[in-house]
Amino acid sequence: MSEAIRVLGLRKSFKTQTVLDDVCFTVADGEVFALLGSNGAGKTTLIKILTTLLRADGGSAAVCGYDVAKQGRRVRESISLTGQSTAVDDILSGRENLIMMAKLRHLSDPKSEAERQLAQFGLTDAANKPLSAYSGGMRRRLDLAMSMIGSPQVVFLDEPTTGLDPQGRLAVWETIRAMGKSGVTVFLTTQYLEEADSLADRIAILHNGSIVAQGLAAELKRLAPPPKLVFSFLEEGDMAQASGVLAAYDVKSEALTLTVTTDGSVGQTTEILSQLEGAGIVATFAQKPPTLEEAFLTIIREGQHEPQVCVK
Amino acid sequence: MSLKYALSDTLVMTGRVMRQVVRSLDTVITVLLMPVAMLLAMNYVLGGAMDLGGIKTADYMLSGIIMICVLSGVSYTAYRLHVDVQKGIFERFHSLPVAKSSILGGHVLTSVASNAVSVVAIVLVGLLIGFRPEAGLFGWLLVILVILLFIVAMTWISVFFGLVAKSVETVGVFAYLLLGLTFTSSAFAPPDTMPAALAAFAKYQPMTPIADSMRLLLLGGPAGNSLVIALAWCFVIAAVFWLLSVKAYGRRQR
Repeated sequence: MSEAIRVLGLRKSFKTQTVLDDVCFTVADGEVFALLGSNGAGKTTLIKILTTLLRADGGSAAVCGYDVAKQGRRVRESISLTGQSTAVDDILSGRENLIMMAKLRHLSDPKSEAERQLAQFGLTDAANKPLSAYSGGMRRRLDLAMSMIGSPQVVFLDEPTTGLDPQGRLAVWETIRAMGKSGVTVFLTTQYLEEADSLADRIAILHNGSIVAQGLAAELKRLAPPPKLVFSFLEEGDMAQASGVLAAYDVKSEALTLTVTTDGSVGQTTEILSQLEGAGIVATFAQKPPTLEEAFLTIIREGQHEPQVCVK
Repeated sequence: MSLKYALSDTLVMTGRVMRQVVRSLDTVITVLLMPVAMLLAMNYVLGGAMDLGGIKTADYMLSGIIMICVLSGVSYTAYRLHVDVQKGIFERFHSLPVAKSSILGGHVLTSVASNAVSVVAIVLVGLLIGFRPEAGLFGWLLVILVILLFIVAMTWISVFFGLVAKSVETVGVFAYLLLGLTFTSSAFAPPDTMPAALAAFAKYQPMTPIADSMRLLLLGGPAGNSLVIALAWCFVIAAVFWLLSVKAYGRRQR
């Protein structure tokens, strides 16, 4: 499998503030790759460097085999960028926005390319409407359609669902999944672990300018704490009694449920269950796997990671 | 090949910004109706009470009205540019294989073209209410040169402020300052009639020779020194703000 993106020891500072510190990772061709990080982690800076909008201070980065610093034009011919704010032209219709993009990509038949993307993104019916008539989700979809004009090999999406309502977010997720299936390489950033988990083949976590972890979603989850036991009760009395029985454990109570932190072993789980059974408490229970959020927090908080060392 | 793209990209960009101008009704209203209303008010309301040394009000003030029209026009140039910067549209364009010069170029060409059209409209309204130019062909060519250079100079000022403005609210402030400069020039009243300090200021600021040269040429006379000084001012302003804009533009990319 060839590499769509290779980042090696990338560094960037603004004045005295280090934004990216020795960042390394690779993205395979055709992969959906999520860069996860909180606000200010350096995600947008990284995207700007990869899309030739910013110059790095050190290290190197290649997109589709082209050096972003030296072969900017080649890189720009191979990629598209959908920035954080929806960069669509409000005064133009959806179709006009797409035709403009096709012309700027110097395509031979801008009109039919626009029609193709309108159909692909389910916007044909709204094609002639001014963008003021579009919902937030539709604007984002048009934004994504614009980024697919001219079939770029790598698509960069900077926080594609920020500011959307849940319905719009789901629609954009569908769109991104379809883009992933079409074989294009997708590099997206997000603050939402759920989003990375549901869209990406692989995830890297960027924290304070360094990649603190990367791998498959499942791999990252393994770094996280074991599943918790969640007990649901029908009556307050049962819950209070159970709290007493399980006093030796780390228990959190909330609206007729108790969440018990365990070491995940069969032994401990059996012991807890039999203690409750022995006390004659009526309850149901479920196992709650760690969310990516918990994995993320554990990795960052406990510093169980070595900062990624670049293989040069 | 890159020159071909630079041209075609600039045309696409200009087409885009032009649509923004034509389709936004409030731009058209502000840029055209405001100066026309001023022209009518100056002529019919104040005109009768004014003594402009034997020159008809419309003949005296048309050059000033043209300048006001251009200044309100370029404040929209700055606004459109600022919105593009704010909305990340520039970033999208920068990530495309387009000629970089086309991005500002589209805004500049649109500004020059749309302002030229509004100036023609103002002149036509002026003719309707009694403006009677006596310039010959050469005089008209010189007037067009002054107006175009003035539009170009004001456009580059607006590009600079559109790029560096911190918010939509502050993006048009420069235009008000320039309007103030125009009202304290010879555009609407001869400086001799002003208090001494103001008259001195009016004499040496750029708007006076620009207004004077246009008026003198339109009335059929030679414009002499004021023409040379006006062209020099416009040229210097355009060059300085072009440099400043290119620098401010580059700073956005680092």
